[in-house]
Amino acid sequence: MNALPRHHHGASGVAGPLLYLRRSHAVALGEWVEIRMPDRSPWRGQVIDAGREVTVIQVLEETVGLAPAQATITLTGEEASTVVGRELLGRAFNGIGSPIDGLPAPVGEATRPIWGAPLNPVRRARPADFIETGISAIDGMNTLVRGQKLPVFSGPGLPGLELAARIVEQARAPRDEAFAVVFVGIGITARETDAFLERFDRSGARERSVLYLNQTRDPTIERLLAPRVALTQAEYLAFELGMHVLVVIADLTHYCEALREIATAREEIPGRRGYPGYMYSDLASIYERAGVLTGRLGSVTQIPILTMPDDDITHPIPDLTGYITEGQVVLSRDLHRKGVFPPVDVLPSLSRLMNAGIGEGKTRPEHRAWANQLYASYARGCEARLMAAIVGEAGLSPVDRRALAFSERFETAFVGQGERRRGIEATLESGWQLLEELPREDLTRLSDAAWAARSARATAGAAE
Amino acid sequence: MSDVARLVRIVGALAEAEPLAEGASLYELVRVGNRGLLGEVVRIAGRRGTIQVYEETSGLSLGEPVTLTHEALTIELGPGLLGGVLDGVGRPLVDVALHHGDFVTPGTTSPTLDAARRWAFTPTVPPGSVVQGGDQLGTVEERPGFVHRVLVPPDISGTVASIDGGDFTVHEPFGRLTDDTPLCLAHRWPVRRPRPVSQRLASHVPFITGQRVFDLLFPVAEGGSVALPGGFGTGKTVIEQSLAKYAKADVVIYVGCGERGNEMAEVLEEFPHLTDLRTGQSVMDRTVLLVNTSNMPVAAREASVYVGITIAEFYRDMGYRVALMADSLSRWAEALREISARLQEMPGEEGYPTYLGNRLGQFYERAGLVTTLGQPPREGSLTVIGAISPPGGDFSEPVTQASLRVTGALWALDPELAHQRQFPAVDWETSYSLHAESTTAWFVAHVDADWPAVRRETLALLQRDRDLREIAALVGPEALQDEDRLLLEAARLVRDHVLGQSAYDPNDALSTLTKTFLLASLAREVLTAGTRALAAGRSFEQLELTGITRLMAELRSAPIGELDARAAALRQALEGVAG
Repeated sequence: MNALPRHHHGASGVAGPLLYLRRSHAVALGEWVEIRMPDRSPWRGQVIDAGREVTVIQVLEETVGLAPAQATITLTGEEASTVVGRELLGRAFNGIGSPIDGLPAPVGEATRPIWGAPLNPVRRARPADFIETGISAIDGMNTLVRGQKLPVFSGPGLPGLELAARIVEQARAPRDEAFAVVFVGIGITARETDAFLERFDRSGARERSVLYLNQTRDPTIERLLAPRVALTQAEYLAFELGMHVLVVIADLTHYCEALREIATAREEIPGRRGYPGYMYSDLASIYERAGVLTGRLGSVTQIPILTMPDDDITHPIPDLTGYITEGQVVLSRDLHRKGVFPPVDVLPSLSRLMNAGIGEGKTRPEHRAWANQLYASYARGCEARLMAAIVGEAGLSPVDRRALAFSERFETAFVGQGERRRGIEATLESGWQLLEELPREDLTRLSDAAWAARSARATAGAAE
Repeated sequence: MSDVARLVRIVGALAEAEPLAEGASLYELVRVGNRGLLGEVVRIAGRRGTIQVYEETSGLSLGEPVTLTHEALTIELGPGLLGGVLDGVGRPLVDVALHHGDFVTPGTTSPTLDAARRWAFTPTVPPGSVVQGGDQLGTVEERPGFVHRVLVPPDISGTVASIDGGDFTVHEPFGRLTDDTPLCLAHRWPVRRPRPVSQRLASHVPFITGQRVFDLLFPVAEGGSVALPGGFGTGKTVIEQSLAKYAKADVVIYVGCGERGNEMAEVLEEFPHLTDLRTGQSVMDRTVLLVNTSNMPVAAREASVYVGITIAEFYRDMGYRVALMADSLSRWAEALREISARLQEMPGEEGYPTYLGNRLGQFYERAGLVTTLGQPPREGSLTVIGAISPPGGDFSEPVTQASLRVTGALWALDPELAHQRQFPAVDWETSYSLHAESTTAWFVAHVDADWPAVRRETLALLQRDRDLREIAALVGPEALQDEDRLLLEAARLVRDHVLGQSAYDPNDALSTLTKTFLLASLAREVLTAGTRALAAGRSFEQLELTGITRLMAELRSAPIGELDARAAALRQALEGVAG
């Protein structure tokens, strides 16, 4: 990329967030641009189509009042970058990394381009360290491990953000290592922001956190940069300072809408539901920035939150996300209505990396069998519930009747843990207690060995 | 005329350059910009060339040079590919990491084959031999016990003037033809051009996957092709990886195309420690991994499946049984769509270019059982299993539909089954195989004469099961007749323990054909014994099948040495049922 800034007087046109420049030379793709007009604060933008005839600049701020013929456009010769460093912990910034907490801009320890290069797959280490979130439906049934990307599929009005806040407050690393949180708000409302900040301050999570907040009222285009700025900081904390970083991004749905807005402004051929055809690759360039590297201490774990429009899991946003991330935690409107918190629907939820994070030496040897059994019994109960709606409970077989009763208790007692934090031991115990209410022959997923291990432990516990 | 043009436009993965030399040809490889990024000419209009760039274009500047190379995108083929991990255009990622660190930066150059490594070459033809494309010149032991046959490249022929045994690098000639053509261990081949064969053959031998549901119900012949579509969470990747680990193949090419980086980390950690039961060597020794994760450049994703299948053909030409798994072809198609959109081509269905079906067809058709070129005569096969990620799990979308027009089998994955934790979540109603009939004789000859009957009855039972469950959902299972309740129970056995298979249970992840047949026969015997007991006047409750179910579950995850004893025990218990 050219190092020297070049100035152009007057652009040929502006449409929505896009500024068009004619007859430009030596423009680089991705180059950072400043647009100045007398008596106005400058606009910032980025070259998204470099051409000898026409160059297209995506402007990050609201373009109202921009008079293309009178503007001075400076091609800075630099790519979009952000300041990173340990001193950013405890601070709050907007989506492009300018402070919004009234304190001066940080000097930082380095400046890094925000479009991170892809991790070389052979340098990745396999994520295998259990993260205790204190939430039974996650720790027990859909375990989160370091370096994973595990999204929360929420719906309008469902407490996705609240679940994320709780994870941030409660998450514990297995060996009390250096731990930090990077929170990215994308297009979230002032109410959500305030509620989130208040919780952060109250729980004392603030000082180990960096916040990047793009609110509903902030420019749309900034939403495309916010996660990348934040992940650049997260990667620095993780891979250069050796910290374990949990990145929470809320809400990816707003991000995708911003992406669609730009694509439409550029008159691109729309894909499904008007979202651009490259949305998969674009989302991957965010999600794939989670991971663990061989021979380096830290890790980046992501919990993106998205709102499924109309609770539709086949909508392109959850659909493409599910194809990239390593599982999903799905929230259920039914459970929410029943007053279950957190309203995690265990059946469609999944953690693909769970097996690596549980078992001997991590949680308990019989964790996998235990989770399979809970899942199977709950699934059978849910099936029985559907059947009972047609034939009545009396028409069910005794096994199905027991499963139905089990599923009710599973929802209220196990998933619906309420406000309390549950350690992994308490989570496993809670599950065992439910299973023990069923006769042994209903527990087809539990081997005799797992059952014996449990019985032995229970007896030992009673003896103490 | 100069071979250097200048960039006049850069957008996404595409760049345009002027003035392109007159000799420039379509799909010619070029070096783009000051850092020399790899690219391919995909359109020529007058003096303006459009280039698809295989690396991140961000930072490329107007006016930077574009240099023609006068050759197409090729891959270097020779010993040393096995066990390797390559990116979408064939650069070894371990080498890239060694030189450029933990992140992949644009403009890196690493040759596919290690140029310094020496291989012990043993000639098998004397000087003076008249040779042509495909003839074997000698051998190299590429991996312990793996004979790499060094062949005359397809488009070369002549008389061998000299040929020597000894240690050679891939580029040092071990001999020459009389016209002075050097003979080396490595040669280059353009990836978009299928390697020629002598004859394509009809195949009657099944490609043995080690997965019961496929081997029993939907077998594919060696050299066949399979479409494996499934929504997210249905276990496509687990199946592809299980096939890579356990399928009966001499060489496995695994193309991770636009998928997750952590999955690749898992493969890389796991494969070297797994033993190929047939050779006793590490599974990694028979595998070439091509990795282009979803965040790596899109154009390289487009190229990666061609690079993969070219390597596969290279080993097929040696007379090996090769399997290629592509995960996932949807990501490849999306790359095609993205490039097509940037080229402003008229879109077809769902924005995909109109030539999508055509390109997919050409790719799948590179599978096959063939007689290779050259002497000694060899048969080689290339089986292709393409995973597809249909948006929303809806199979009516173009990539699935275009695949079904050319593949010989459909292994359809169903999210509903995945939710029930029925894995592999293969939907036995939608799936099919066109090879089921043609492979029957092989199963009869090599496994059991009863194979076709067991297969047919299993399918019939599953069909009847579906109908009965619909009724049971309306009236409750208690209201069914005893015969039907027995049938439901037998079908549950089939679903849970014959079709269901755990990829994480070391005793169950690979099922030999004997075990597959044993489990399916036992389920059938349960039904027979139960039917007999009911006919003798006992009620369904009196059958007490829970014990049988338990035995079946234990048998399924028992070590292979215990199978016969456990089967005997189960049969004995069945006698009790039949009374």
